[in-house]
Amino acid sequence: MKKSVFLGALTVAGLAAGASAAATLDDVKARGKLNCGVSTGLAGFSAPDANGEWGGFDVAVCRAVAAAVLGDPSAVEFVSTTGKTRFTALSSGEIDMLARNTTWTLSRDVDLKFTFTGVNYYDGQGFMVPKELGVSSAKELDGATVCIQTGTTTELNLADYFRKNGMNYEPVPIETNAEAQQQYLAGACDVYTTDASGLAATRATFETPADHVILPEIISKEPLGPLVRHGDDEWGDIVRWTLYALVAAEEMGITSTNVGDLSAAAGDNPEMNRMLGTEGNLGEMLGLEANWAVNAISAGGNYGEIFATNIGEETPIGLSRGLNAQWTEGGLMYAPPFR
Amino acid sequence: MTTLTDPPSESFRLSMLIYDTRYRAITFQIIALICFLLFFGWLISNTAQNLADLGKEPSFGFLMEPAGYDINQRLIDYNNQDSHLRAAFVGLLNTLLVAFLGCVTATVVGVIVGVLRLSNNWLISRLMAVYVEMFRNVPVLMWIVLCMAILIESLPAPRAFRGDDAEASMKLFDTVAITNRGVYIPEPLFSRSLGDIPVGNLFNISIDLIAILIVLAIGFYVSHRIKLKADATQEATGVRPRTWYMRLGVIFVPLAALLVILGFHLGYPELSGFNFSGGTHLRNSLIALWLALSLYTAAFIAENVRAGILAISKGQTEAASALGLRPSITMRLVILPQALRVIIPPLISQYLNLTKNSSLAIAVGYMDITGTLMGITLNQTGRELETVLLGMLIYLAISLAISAVMNFYNSRVKLVER
Repeated sequence: MKKSVFLGALTVAGLAAGASAAATLDDVKARGKLNCGVSTGLAGFSAPDANGEWGGFDVAVCRAVAAAVLGDPSAVEFVSTTGKTRFTALSSGEIDMLARNTTWTLSRDVDLKFTFTGVNYYDGQGFMVPKELGVSSAKELDGATVCIQTGTTTELNLADYFRKNGMNYEPVPIETNAEAQQQYLAGACDVYTTDASGLAATRATFETPADHVILPEIISKEPLGPLVRHGDDEWGDIVRWTLYALVAAEEMGITSTNVGDLSAAAGDNPEMNRMLGTEGNLGEMLGLEANWAVNAISAGGNYGEIFATNIGEETPIGLSRGLNAQWTEGGLMYAPPFR
Repeated sequence: MTTLTDPPSESFRLSMLIYDTRYRAITFQIIALICFLLFFGWLISNTAQNLADLGKEPSFGFLMEPAGYDINQRLIDYNNQDSHLRAAFVGLLNTLLVAFLGCVTATVVGVIVGVLRLSNNWLISRLMAVYVEMFRNVPVLMWIVLCMAILIESLPAPRAFRGDDAEASMKLFDTVAITNRGVYIPEPLFSRSLGDIPVGNLFNISIDLIAILIVLAIGFYVSHRIKLKADATQEATGVRPRTWYMRLGVIFVPLAALLVILGFHLGYPELSGFNFSGGTHLRNSLIALWLALSLYTAAFIAENVRAGILAISKGQTEAASALGLRPSITMRLVILPQALRVIIPPLISQYLNLTKNSSLAIAVGYMDITGTLMGITLNQTGRELETVLLGMLIYLAISLAISAVMNFYNSRVKLVER
């Protein structure tokens, strides 16, 4: 494997270092830090707080993986990426994983050579308009000026939706959520479109959220999840099963408060014992410590806790579980067995 | 008797490559060249190898696939079912548009500011100095973003024009609408249009435009002939005949006739639905980029112009005033023509800078070649290497073309030394 940081920087798109991927786990352990790609700031999902500490729903996934691999949820180097730069950052090896509300699509999986390691949020693309426009349906948006983040699937969905309904629109491409917010609030565009969760998060940061409505139409399926590069399945497995551990923990009733007690000694639930490492050798199979899942769950709690603290109904963002409830409660969150 | 013979010719030994000064320079140059080529060969093979490991062999097939995204400003027909190649072409035209507008505006502003900075009027020369230093010393990206922010935040949204007691109203007898989405101006329309000629499936050229240009060209040619004839009459008789009404007439009468035949009228913008429709829409992304690039580059051009003027010996000015020429004529006929030979070469690089700086367009959402080919297309297809190489090639071609044109112009205006 040819590898050189210097040459990698020289090569046109920084691709030369790209294939240094095969042993991401070793790289991360040697570095002692996980490089995790996040957004440039989307409240509730990934945004730095007043002290510069990153927090949010996607950030929690990064922290859980760091905890599982390195035993320390704070051993994460967050790299902010825009919709445009995220894939290059991942394929060039600048980041080890991307947890940035990225939609799982066939071409990204196959053609862009990434591996999606599951879904942490089932989303769909929606529209937000100011209430004073009096629009109640996306079908009334003929001729509107629409702000979109460039380089996203929303751009393509939008084109498809307006073509399908025989409507015209004027796209205003923008780089980041913050720019979109500025243009939208100034009235330079009538509509802001992105994933419905992103709209809710953005609206929560407005001075008067009640002046804006999110239209009922959801025009696409947007399964958002973390992703890694093709070609390193061991690393992909670690990210995938860390996410599943969080989901399974909620299903089994393991929370950040009781995980310590439950993992102290083997209990009478064999699957829980296997997952928490008090029985069997699942951690060893993944190339991790036996208590990897305990660390991951202690980092920010189980999936339900992460949802509730970052984007749940108690937060300003106020998203309901909906499709993201456990399968036992009518949602789509379903972890395969830990066996 | 002895015969003179050549000194015995030295046989060539390998060590002479290093120890003989005749060969040494060449030896080291060849070694350096080989190392250089090896380095690049390794770089390329390394990239190719790593791309192959990733399963991403370079291929340009993606250019023919449907792009799938829309572009707001397009000078040629384009919809989201057209290919990535056509999307790139739309972007290229947008780049050329802003580069052309920018170069023209920057030259005009730059020359004026450069001349005014040498003015004897203290206030004017200081104001120009402040302008030059402000624009020259702040990165152009800031100016672009600032222009855009001002346009977005200070102008009224289209919905402010609605209603009986609207907060905003259209300017210039209700023909121009200035909004925070751009400026809508009346557009020329032809009710008896002659149609378009398609050029190789790429774009259409309006026959109306061609007809107008032909009529104008003929008009200017005839007008020039009238002037030559008047000159000849003046030479022969010393009396210059009055020709101005003839010269204006041959240009404007046929043009007016043609416009009437074509059914020329203006289409005015009017508020319908969410936006103004009709008229020509100058988007504020274009205006912001155009303004910022022009003003930024004009500051540099102003300095070039000032340097060019100062390079002309003061004797020229004194000689001109000794002949009784007024300062404005001295500047126009004596100083500036000579200053051009100093001004043109750095002006070329300012044009190139402006063109390359236009790649910052994505900061305001202007869809140039960087925004389409190296932005959305790159992102949707994941072909980093191909799109970036292609983009670099295009910028190289544009820059070389500008250089070629300007160098040709430079060879025409430079002083011929005898």
